[in-house]
Amino acid sequence: MELQAIWFFLWGLLWAVFFMTDGFDFGVGTIYPFIGKTDTDKKTMISAIGPLWDGNEVWLITAGGVTFAAFPAVYATMFSALYTPLMLILFALIIRGVSIEFRSQIESPGWKKIWDACFFIGSAAPALLFGVAFANIFQGLPIDGDGIFHGNLLTLLNPYGLLGGVLFLCLFIQHGALWLCIRTEGDLQARAINVSGKSWPVVLVLTLVFVVSSYFATDLFKNYFAQPLLFIVIIAAVVSLLGVRFYLKKQSFFMAWGASSLTIVLATFFGVIGLFPTLFGSNMNPEYSLTAYNSSSSPLTLKIMLGVVICFIPLVIAYQAWAYKVFSVKVKEEDLHHGESY
Amino acid sequence: MDVVFLSRLQFAAATMFHFLFVPLTLGLSVLLAFMETRYARTGDEDYLRMTKFFGKLFLINFAVGVVTGITLEFQFGTNWSRYSEYVGDVFGSLLAIEASVAFFLESTFIGIWMFGWKKLSAKAHAFVMWLVAIAGSLSAIWILAANSWMQHPVGYAIRNGRAELTDFLAIVFQKFALLEMFHTLTASYIFGAFFVMGVSAYHLLKKNEVQLFTKAFNMALVVGLVSSVLAFISGDLHGIHVAEVQPAKLAAMESHWETAERAPVFLFAIPDEENETNLIEIGRLPGVLSFLATHDFNAKITGLKDIPKEERPPVLITSLAFKAMVGLGTFFPLITLLLWIKRKKLLENPLLLKIMLFSIPLPVVALESGWVLAEVGRQPWIVYGLMKTSDAASPVAGPQVLFTLIAFVIVYGLLGAVGYYLMFKNAKKGPEAA
Ligand code: HDD
Ligand code: HEM
Ligand code: HEM
Repeated sequence: MELQAIWFFLWGLLWAVFFMTDGFDFGVGTIYPFIGKTDTDKKTMISAIGPLWDGNEVWLITAGGVTFAAFPAVYATMFSALYTPLMLILFALIIRGVSIEFRSQIESPGWKKIWDACFFIGSAAPALLFGVAFANIFQGLPIDGDGIFHGNLLTLLNPYGLLGGVLFLCLFIQHGALWLCIRTEGDLQARAINVSGKSWPVVLVLTLVFVVSSYFATDLFKNYFAQPLLFIVIIAAVVSLLGVRFYLKKQSFFMAWGASSLTIVLATFFGVIGLFPTLFGSNMNPEYSLTAYNSSSSPLTLKIMLGVVICFIPLVIAYQAWAYKVFSVKVKEEDLHHGESY
Repeated sequence: MDVVFLSRLQFAAATMFHFLFVPLTLGLSVLLAFMETRYARTGDEDYLRMTKFFGKLFLINFAVGVVTGITLEFQFGTNWSRYSEYVGDVFGSLLAIEASVAFFLESTFIGIWMFGWKKLSAKAHAFVMWLVAIAGSLSAIWILAANSWMQHPVGYAIRNGRAELTDFLAIVFQKFALLEMFHTLTASYIFGAFFVMGVSAYHLLKKNEVQLFTKAFNMALVVGLVSSVLAFISGDLHGIHVAEVQPAKLAAMESHWETAERAPVFLFAIPDEENETNLIEIGRLPGVLSFLATHDFNAKITGLKDIPKEERPPVLITSLAFKAMVGLGTFFPLITLLLWIKRKKLLENPLLLKIMLFSIPLPVVALESGWVLAEVGRQPWIVYGLMKTSDAASPVAGPQVLFTLIAFVIVYGLLGAVGYYLMFKNAKKGPEAA
């Protein structure tokens, strides 16, 4: 494979891993006001993602950095074209991060209410907005030959874009609820199981609707018809979604969460494969589209970055996997009274 | 509204705000690692309580540092897309490496440190703090390599209508980068040390936990003394190099108008850019500018008048920032040396303790001044000699940028206020009982 193609799929993989990891943090934050009844519940929920969310968020920073390094023209055009939605995401991430840290600092109900609200908005908004943004990227945007965006926020909120947003949100809700099944016990766990069970059919229906509408709204299927073997990815995504249900029934939550992780990665790859080699498509004129071939860095930069990624990303995965292992145990009531929690 | 101007304001606000917190993260993490290692080695509970106490302050500071960094990672694309397209081949990889090499390490292990007190042995837990401290300094090194390239671009060639990488190692190991890394890191360690000394001084003045805070103070004093001497020396070397590669910045730093031999320094001067002269000049030290720039009192130094008007940086800001930094940079080694001499009788010296308490913000004033000098002094270039700032902005609408600029100011203002309030409150409360 050429360097550009390798980088295209690495780019997709970084986004997929970001959605898989930070996705459950977003999910936990989204269901937080609804299933966190008492202050103990809330502390438990925040502590369930406490040690991991920051490391998860770095996958986003890396995805951004790699876009810059490997496809500078895409980094420049994508983020200036999506200026407003991206800024909204960034502000949401800012308030999420600080609400996790600040909430437990002062024991006052009013204070906690503020940060509870921030935590919710800071989690739900990015989940929705990333979905909207990616669905629009699948569809192509009104970009001219100078990379100038001819539209506004409302252009992005078209039906297909919104469908993508809702799909992401529901995927992440399910993913977060499953993580809580792993890390909590008692009533809170029962509620998390309930959310996982109820969100599953919704996710299934949305996934099918999304795949079908992609056929009408986008060109994603072009690559699939050219190479029918690729349909395996779509089938695998659906199978892993069925796996979520299967393991949830058996109450093996870790497996169910794993299946949900796989679903998210495959769902992202459904789009990434369909896009190839377009990274940022123009629906004004296909010639304006930025592809892996016309927007990449020089071969030297791509090679150096490939070396860095090959050396360091496996290392990152190894120590993050260790952190996940250390922190996949139940958050106990007594833990909340020590320094080790929020 | 002018997009370039608004984008500059927004970028300046975002980076300067980020940099209020970053140096404390860098400095305090090293001190925490020392404290916890001492505990793991000796089992002295004072060091454990000290680690937990300063650790709490560290985490609040860290949270604000992290969330403000995220916006910066994307601002080159949102606000400086022309810049990103033109130099991304060189510049982007440095940012990507920073994330994959340093940020992952730092943020994964800070989570483990925070939640792992009972899950890890004392030694392993202290080791985790070392990883956090090292990762912090590593991240600084990569971002500073990126910034140094903007100050003094090397290792590239103009091809295909953009700057393309030709020599990666030349960028990371160029003199400008090494100096900038060394100077910024040592300066950040000063901040960590002054923070610990200042907070300890507060409690020592109140005769609260005297034994614990004396130990903390002395430990920070060593770090403070060493790093302020090193920052002074590296600053001097940095100045010489700037004189060599960015003569316009040097002339602006000292508001030096006429090209001359034995060029003087003024202890205080206010430049008048309209009339190309200084309104006020106090304390003329002949030959000192020549000496600072070259280590030779008689050297000839180019004045601003011999630099085309459109290539001069804003003189007033650059020169005031430089004076503030150097003034403070002279104060830090002197005060820490004095403290070192009097270290055995600290408690009998409330005045010195008070000075240290009120000195807590001074290092960050010096740090911010240093950056204002470096960045404003680089103007009108975004990449020195290669690309003008005015050609670098994104093709976005002015009101969009204005709107986000206002949002930044409000959100960051609130964040800063809450963050500092919480640190203040916890610092005053003192360590938890054993
Ligand atoms: C506690 C902070 C601190 C202290 C005490 C000093 N500096 Fe500094 N200085 C910085 C913090 C800083 C900084 C914020 O870290 C900068 C900005 C960019 C850089 O490399 O370091 C900087 C930049 C900077 C530059 C500009 C480099 C450029 O254009 O990129 C020069 C010439 C100096 N310094 C010189 C000095 C001298 C002669 C000092 C001795 C008295 C000194 N600094 C003390
Ligand atoms: C790698 C690190 C950095 C890079 C790549 C960088 C780059 C830039 C860019 C693109 C601009 C906008 C153009 C301009 O107005 O000059 C700028 C301006 C500025 N930056 Fe930096 N910067 C970095 C670090 C910092 C830090 C840490 C600070 C201080 C806290 C800082 C302070 C400023 C200021 C004050 C300006 C405004 C200058 C002006 O508008 O005249 N920068 N820098
Ligand atoms: C404009 C350029 C800059 C960008 C794009 C940038 C980007 C970032 C990002 C994305 C983070 C959050 C990482 C996380 O989630 O863990 C961060 C934090 C950090 N940055 Fe920056 N940064 C810039 C300037 C600087 C400079 C000049 C330094 C050092 C001299 C620095 C040192 C750090 C450190 C030590 C952290 C981690 C701890 C903390 O935030 O307090 N950064 N930065």
